[in-house]
Amino acid sequence: MDFPILTVTTFAPIVGMIIILLMPRKLENLIRGTGVFFCGVSLVLSLAMLFIYKADMAGIMQMEEQYRWIPTIAVSYHVGVDGLSFPLYILTTVLSFLAAIASFSVKERVKEYYALYLLLVTGMLGVFIALDLFLFYVFWEVMLVPMYFLIGIWGGERREYAAIKFFLYTLLGSVVMLLGILALFFTSTPHTFDMMALMAQNGNFVHGFQIIVFMAFFIGFAIKVPVFPFHTWLPDAHVEAPTAISVLLAGILLKMGAYGLLRVSYPILPEGAVWFAVPLAVLGIINIVYGALVAMAQKDLKKLIAYSSVSHMGFVLLGAAAMTATGFNGAMMQMLAHGIITGGLFLMVGVLYDRTHDRMIEHYGGLANKVPIFVGVFSVTMFASLGLPGMAGFVGEFLSFAGTFPVYKWAVIAAAPGVVITAGYFLWTIQRMFLGEFNTQWEGLTDMSARELVTMVPLIVLMITFGVWPRLLIDLMNPAMAKLAEFMATFR
Amino acid sequence: MSIIPILAVIVQFAPLVGFAVALFWGKRMGEPRASFVPVAMMGVSALASIPLLAGVLSGHGGLFTVEWINSGAISINIGYMLDNYSAVMTATVAIVAFLIHLYSIGYMHGDPRFGRFFAYLNLFAFSMLGLVTASNFMQLFIFWELVGLCSYLLIGFWYEKKSASDAGIKAFITTRTGDVGFMLGIFLLFALTGSMDYDKIFHAVEGGAIGPTLITAAALLLFCGAIGKSAQIPLQVWLPDAMEGPTPVSALIHAATMVCAGVYMIARVFPIFEAAPTALFVVAIVGGTTALLAATIALVQIDIKRVLAYSTVSQLGYMILALGVGNPVAAFFHLVTHAFFKSLLFLGSGSMIHGTGTQDIREMGGLAPKMKTTTWTFVVGALALAGVPPLAGFFSKDEILGSVSDYGHWWLIVCGFLTALLTAFYMFRAIYISYAGKPRTAGAEHAHESPPVMTIPLIVLAVFSVTAGWIFFVPGGFGAFSGLSVFLHHEHGINVGAMGASVILALSGIFIATIIYLWKWVDNEQLYKIFRPVAFVLERKYFFDDVYHGLLVPGFVLFSRFWGAFDLWVIDGIVNLSAFMTVLVSRFEGWFDLAIVDGVVNLLGWITRTFGAGFRKLQTGYVQEYIIILGVGAVAVILAALAIL
Repeated sequence: MDFPILTVTTFAPIVGMIIILLMPRKLENLIRGTGVFFCGVSLVLSLAMLFIYKADMAGIMQMEEQYRWIPTIAVSYHVGVDGLSFPLYILTTVLSFLAAIASFSVKERVKEYYALYLLLVTGMLGVFIALDLFLFYVFWEVMLVPMYFLIGIWGGERREYAAIKFFLYTLLGSVVMLLGILALFFTSTPHTFDMMALMAQNGNFVHGFQIIVFMAFFIGFAIKVPVFPFHTWLPDAHVEAPTAISVLLAGILLKMGAYGLLRVSYPILPEGAVWFAVPLAVLGIINIVYGALVAMAQKDLKKLIAYSSVSHMGFVLLGAAAMTATGFNGAMMQMLAHGIITGGLFLMVGVLYDRTHDRMIEHYGGLANKVPIFVGVFSVTMFASLGLPGMAGFVGEFLSFAGTFPVYKWAVIAAAPGVVITAGYFLWTIQRMFLGEFNTQWEGLTDMSARELVTMVPLIVLMITFGVWPRLLIDLMNPAMAKLAEFMATFR
Repeated sequence: MSIIPILAVIVQFAPLVGFAVALFWGKRMGEPRASFVPVAMMGVSALASIPLLAGVLSGHGGLFTVEWINSGAISINIGYMLDNYSAVMTATVAIVAFLIHLYSIGYMHGDPRFGRFFAYLNLFAFSMLGLVTASNFMQLFIFWELVGLCSYLLIGFWYEKKSASDAGIKAFITTRTGDVGFMLGIFLLFALTGSMDYDKIFHAVEGGAIGPTLITAAALLLFCGAIGKSAQIPLQVWLPDAMEGPTPVSALIHAATMVCAGVYMIARVFPIFEAAPTALFVVAIVGGTTALLAATIALVQIDIKRVLAYSTVSQLGYMILALGVGNPVAAFFHLVTHAFFKSLLFLGSGSMIHGTGTQDIREMGGLAPKMKTTTWTFVVGALALAGVPPLAGFFSKDEILGSVSDYGHWWLIVCGFLTALLTAFYMFRAIYISYAGKPRTAGAEHAHESPPVMTIPLIVLAVFSVTAGWIFFVPGGFGAFSGLSVFLHHEHGINVGAMGASVILALSGIFIATIIYLWKWVDNEQLYKIFRPVAFVLERKYFFDDVYHGLLVPGFVLFSRFWGAFDLWVIDGIVNLSAFMTVLVSRFEGWFDLAIVDGVVNLLGWITRTFGAGFRKLQTGYVQEYIIILGVGAVAVILAALAIL
């Protein structure tokens, strides 16, 4: 048998968690180091997978592992990656490693923080590799609990409200999703939770059933994305969450909804997906334009970025609704780009907030001359976020649009003004915070530290690399996207 | 492998090296060392562009691409399309950019962000060179946006000033508004042909694979991009404000190169436009109207840079007009000559500003004896712009006016010829006010000539402004461009009538300006009073900015605030309300559980207990009492039974 690299990579953080729990709480730096180390183990292993992974075979599962787990109800521990999950998996290891470094600014209850953090990382990694719906659900829920505590304990002033809102909202979604999972289990013959097996027998699911179950899954996923009007937990959670958690929330958790859509809903319930394609495109437009408009109205920098996430995830919905290979590639590209870029934006807000404890855009001004490195890095990230060509975000937006246009011209036309609004609110933010007269209130402000640069530079490098040479990513996933598009085309 | 693509890579990427060096080490190097690498790299680029041009003109050009994205059945390439158009444009951009880099060493002297300025200039040159050599729409769009970024950064270079950062944002947002249409046009062509490559799209158009309605829609959408980038009505408003940037920026980006990108793009993909005559007509109307309107606004400007800015808008209108009447060669020719004389004029104005410390021409006066080189080069530039033979502008403008006459639409003819008159007039108005007469302020009194690093570029550009049009006489030199467009069968000839008319108009414009502002036969104040209502409209720039700043922008901010409030109070309100209701319901249930459910249970218990206590009294244990009760009970039952019966 091969080395179970996926399992080892996914559960390495859990090992770290156990070790941290056994450590005395006074050894804060050692705990921090251990946390980073185990995230680093996952990172290195996931990067090593690049050598095993066959990009030209991205359409089929690779590095699969399957063990019987609860045989009485046909649950197995079945994991694997393909072109859909592998890039997201690596994104998770990269961001969780960098966010673990950024977590050094956490000063209270470091032991608990890192223990929960590592549990969260395993939960996230697990979601992307699970090929059994039961396992998928387990990882999905495992993620929620540490998230709840991380926001609720280490968050800002209204942390409890935000944590409870996040938890209940997501739980509501996952309960509905659980109903969908059970419905699939009891309708399949033989009863199974295995995604591959369910996919193979999608023909057995009648049209009406597919629609109902699709909607059940969709509610679960839509809350996570988040799709309008289920998005209001996001700004609160982002504003209150500590920096590193905001990074993971925006960078990884938001991707799970769209990932679930493409991994579970589309292949298993294709008729439901086709039935829902037009509403999905409409929701995508609303996300893009509405999210951008609301972002423009925000006064709190973190809220602004949260709403920009809502807007950017609209491109993912649009690309997914188009069901073309280019649309899927665009959706994936947008997810990855958003993960890197918005992760970076939240890191930068964290850098500022750690120093000033103030997130209000209006309270700043003229920072460019005071902290040039900070302003330079933040501005580059904002430009990446507004879809400047040469950076990753542009490729995602462009491909999503290009993939959608042949199918739903009206949708692209309706969503296109969002691009201008996005440029508007970011440039306006840059002007209000960085340009103009220096606000002497921040006389003592210091520029980015070496540690902060260490977390940001890799993200900037990735933004530019994938913007200049998107093939690095697209070649990893294109066969899977083409296969999915081909499959969906038979149901249109 | 041929040397041509290698040269192209050198031409484009040398400035990128300069950018990186100046960005990361510019501050540490300080002045003037920070400028050495960027200027040298731009020099390398300009030098390499000459053999590139020679190579391409002698037939060694072609298409050099690599696959950039492979998505499904679609592949998007990136690379160079090197033909006569792009090679001439490349050389023009590289040479003008180099001269302006050189000039900037003097102009930016003493600026705290000296190195940063050169970094941005280099980045711009890199992007612009990528734009002109692009082989497909994807790449064109990428660099199109990147030059927009550089424009934003350089307009707002002195960002401590609110007006500068405002102007930067305005430029970026306004052009991006046009770019939305441009992007949709690209998507439409992509959807219709499955490709982003120029040659494949041309092929599809040529083969008649696309219906007339769709091709017209695609052409008009592409034109939106040009309206934004090349500052045509109604998106012209950003360009005059862009003068907030340092003058070398105005010369390079907002006169010679970037603003011409829209013109260049249409000329580049002219086969698409040629297949859509309706779209071309719209192009012509927009271009002609812009040319005239901008020229009239230039009449009343008192800021030397704004005179030149409106002049640029007007000249861009000319180029667009030329495209619209179906003569991309003339448009392109004018683009190249304009690049020389307009950057000369801007650099000249920079020299004036440098020497006097003001941009207001009313505060100048009598500069001619103090700034000799600046003066004569500026006059050369103005003559070239006015279209006086045998300077560069004469040949290109004549080409355009000839085509407009042939096209024959009355409004376009009015626009074209009237603009020629106005152009000569406003340029010489500015010259007489600033250079002639006596100094009107202390700044003008103490004006001094700029250092050689600034005047040498002026001289070189002046030489180009005189001679660039003479390619007209080179056998096959000018005609070489006309073979590029697949559909283009432009019979090149001289329209004597148009030529004569344009020269007469130009000279009349100069003459009228001389009468009013040099000889002062007419009282200027008197004239202004007579034309006051007209002047008011012109000074308000036809109210475009009033509508945009007074209505559109605040309206939009309000609109976004409305949705922000909607999100907070309605969408999130529903969430919180439902949470609140759930809590309320659960509280009620808690109470219900306690008071009712539990209460009923307790009540039953109580009832049982009470009755039990009552009944217990009956259970005395005496048999006699039981018999009595039994008897009474039996009687009661019998009586009841009887009563019922």
